Amino acid sequence: MTGLLFQAFVYLCAAVIAVPVAKRLGLGSVLGYLIAGIVIGPLLGLVGSETQGIQHIAEFGVVMMLFLVGLELEPRNLWNMRSKLLGLGGLQVGLTILLVMAGAMALGQPWTIALAIGLVFSLSSTAIVLQTLNEKGLMKSDGGQSSFSVLLFQDIAVIPMLALIPLLALPELAGHGDGHGGGGHGGGDHGAEMSLITGLVGWQVALVNIAAVAAVVGGGHYLSRPLFRFIAKAKLREIFTAAALLLVVAIAFLMTLVGLSPALGTFLAGVVLANSEFRHELESDIEPFKGLLLGLFFITVGAGIDFGLLFDNILAVLGLTIGLMLLKALVLLGLALVFKLRGADQWLFTLALAQAGEFGFVLLSFTVQNSVIPADIAALLLLVVALSMLLTPALFILFDKVVLPRLTRDQEREADEITEKGAAIIAGMGRFGQVINRVLKSNGYDTVVLDVSAEMVEGFRRFGIGAFYGDASRPDLLHSAGLAEASLLVVAIDDVERTTEIVKHARREQPDLHIIARARNRQHVYELYKAGANDIVRETFDSAVRASRYALESFGVHPHEVEKLVTVFVDHDRQAIRRLAALYDPDIPVFENEPYMKLAREIEKEIEDTLSNRSPDAHETVKRAWLPPGNTPD
Amino acid sequence: MDQSSKVLVLYAHPGQRYSKANEQLTRVANGIRDVTFVDLYAEYPRFKIDVATEQERLLTHDVIIFQFPLFWYSTPALLKEWQDLVLEYGFAYGEGGDRIAGKLFLPVVTAGGPEDFYQPGGRNNFRLRELLTPLEQTANLCGLRFIAPYTLFAALRAPGDSRLERHSAGYEKLLQALRDDRLDLEAAAELPVLTAETLPIREEAKA
Repeated sequence: MTGLLFQAFVYLCAAVIAVPVAKRLGLGSVLGYLIAGIVIGPLLGLVGSETQGIQHIAEFGVVMMLFLVGLELEPRNLWNMRSKLLGLGGLQVGLTILLVMAGAMALGQPWTIALAIGLVFSLSSTAIVLQTLNEKGLMKSDGGQSSFSVLLFQDIAVIPMLALIPLLALPELAGHGDGHGGGGHGGGDHGAEMSLITGLVGWQVALVNIAAVAAVVGGGHYLSRPLFRFIAKAKLREIFTAAALLLVVAIAFLMTLVGLSPALGTFLAGVVLANSEFRHELESDIEPFKGLLLGLFFITVGAGIDFGLLFDNILAVLGLTIGLMLLKALVLLGLALVFKLRGADQWLFTLALAQAGEFGFVLLSFTVQNSVIPADIAALLLLVVALSMLLTPALFILFDKVVLPRLTRDQEREADEITEKGAAIIAGMGRFGQVINRVLKSNGYDTVVLDVSAEMVEGFRRFGIGAFYGDASRPDLLHSAGLAEASLLVVAIDDVERTTEIVKHARREQPDLHIIARARNRQHVYELYKAGANDIVRETFDSAVRASRYALESFGVHPHEVEKLVTVFVDHDRQAIRRLAALYDPDIPVFENEPYMKLAREIEKEIEDTLSNRSPDAHETVKRAWLPPGNTPD
Repeated sequence: MDQSSKVLVLYAHPGQRYSKANEQLTRVANGIRDVTFVDLYAEYPRFKIDVATEQERLLTHDVIIFQFPLFWYSTPALLKEWQDLVLEYGFAYGEGGDRIAGKLFLPVVTAGGPEDFYQPGGRNNFRLRELLTPLEQTANLCGLRFIAPYTLFAALRAPGDSRLERHSAGYEKLLQALRDDRLDLEAAAELPVLTAETLPIREEAKA
């Protein structure tokens, strides 16, 4: 127990210190994690060989990340990507394998080893690249989309590679290999122990694979929604989170059972659920787990670097790493030109994918187990993979500091495009939010609607409203709803404190956002004003004003006269709120706030006097209107 | 079969609490058979005029009367808004816009100034009929037959003397005559304005 706690303490401590510092220095979170790993591993020796085991668990972060990527990608978009996926991805993997293989053979390796090295090095790091692209908001750019296509193809390509590697086995190494058939990515090693496909011939395996994929797609499409709706009705946050985790784990497990990539499976499930109303909630539930596991993964990469071996072979490792990255970058640049990527996107694509990736670790250990690559060479190659990953954040910094400034103009134009797309987020779809949504929709404005009632959300969806289930007071949910791109946020929920929290958070994140907030009462108005809302609407004020109009009319006052009187009242009241807001102090209860109470009493008397005709200048606003010439107000 | 005409009085006065003259005229107009009296400021206190309702009203009446105080030589704002919205192209004028053509149109005006203000060299420099030419031309364009405005001058002083009594009695007779087709339109056309003293009313409807 203490051992576990100590480990958790060391890992968390390293992350908590290193990542914010790295971000502050503009290095990005990935480099922060890597450095944290190096510090606690090789440098301080606080963690040792157990990093290998932790790494297997941490790799699950990649699986979760692909699930999240899938959630962002509707099936139609995936289909639109098919040419990039196959063309760009296929060519990148194929060309890199060939060139690396040629290089390795030139360095005197036999073709089998050379080919295996080519396979290992052709892959890039999904974890680092996607994490960094998301962090920098470059995922939606052309360069980001192309990078994603290639990464997705690589994830799929790992499966045939795992099938190919045993065929390259060297007879003279075979005696040393333990023949343990570890497979796949993430939970792959565990899956290999339990399998549905051992002993099946090729076509049966294919059939089982197809059935598994069909189960994921069909289940995601037909079963998940009633299931999530049922769970949401329980109104227990943690159970929904558990269900989201269960979904990802179950799919990953199924995929490893049938020998497919768990990352691919969860990605597919994500795509299937991209249209679901639970999308944002799933995103926010999985996101923290993904973040932590990926962080852990990067730490283990840093911690796993064997500095002794590195310093003994410093020139060879550095030479190989730089040679490899140059070669990969050249292939990528060539493809970028062929596929007509321009400007910043071209360079983003070239620099982002030039490293070897976490799949490389998996393939390397697999090649050693299968007696394809001798262990001493594999150890060196492992260093090359780790070092190239370590250098990737530096390439992103190069992109930020050197490439972007030269292409600033292009980038600015891109940013404009996004703001034009900005839609309205409506938090809360009760009686209040519904009206706003209907007015906006019927006038052609896009809305994203969030509500905590799964039944309501389901109902709205039947009406064709883009409603999502979730608690809008959670910052992460607001973000997945598109806070960064939205031009308007309407906070229409019932809860007083949550409304204020949402406004505060949104204002902090988006200083230019227009925020309309629903206020319970005057005090709430003051709080929302301080929180930074642009327009504050007291939820019952306008309807009460209308009712009071009817009341005056019922006494026989002429409707136009009533309109004038009520307008005077409303003006007075709004002025009063502005005057009182200056005296309001959130730390003092209003009834103990003497200056506030004094002014409030004065104002109340003013209004009463004005409307009941007692004060000398009473009714003046009303009476002055349409006064016949030569008369004075009576 | 009912031979009488239907009369529509559209009344616009935002400061009704000050108007003795219009209060009395309103009382008169409200009590006559086949006269529909509409207080526009009561119906549309927030200026949201229901165009369809208003057009329907025009179609179901034969005589259209604007009853209003003269504000800056024109109608009060809501009555102007009413004209702008209700007298649509394709309804009241323009292509296919003959839906109200042939009806009679009469302004019933209360003016603050005495009659001698409303002449060349007078304080208002123009005759009342001249000042109301925009309204007259609006009627022409809509194919309405314009009747000289039935006018109470020096309306603010009228309640003090007997003029208001005579004017409102005249208003009653005028409304009844319009209903029964007893107003001599040719004779009325000769007059610059109609007053209680000059109403050209026949005893019997024209054969």
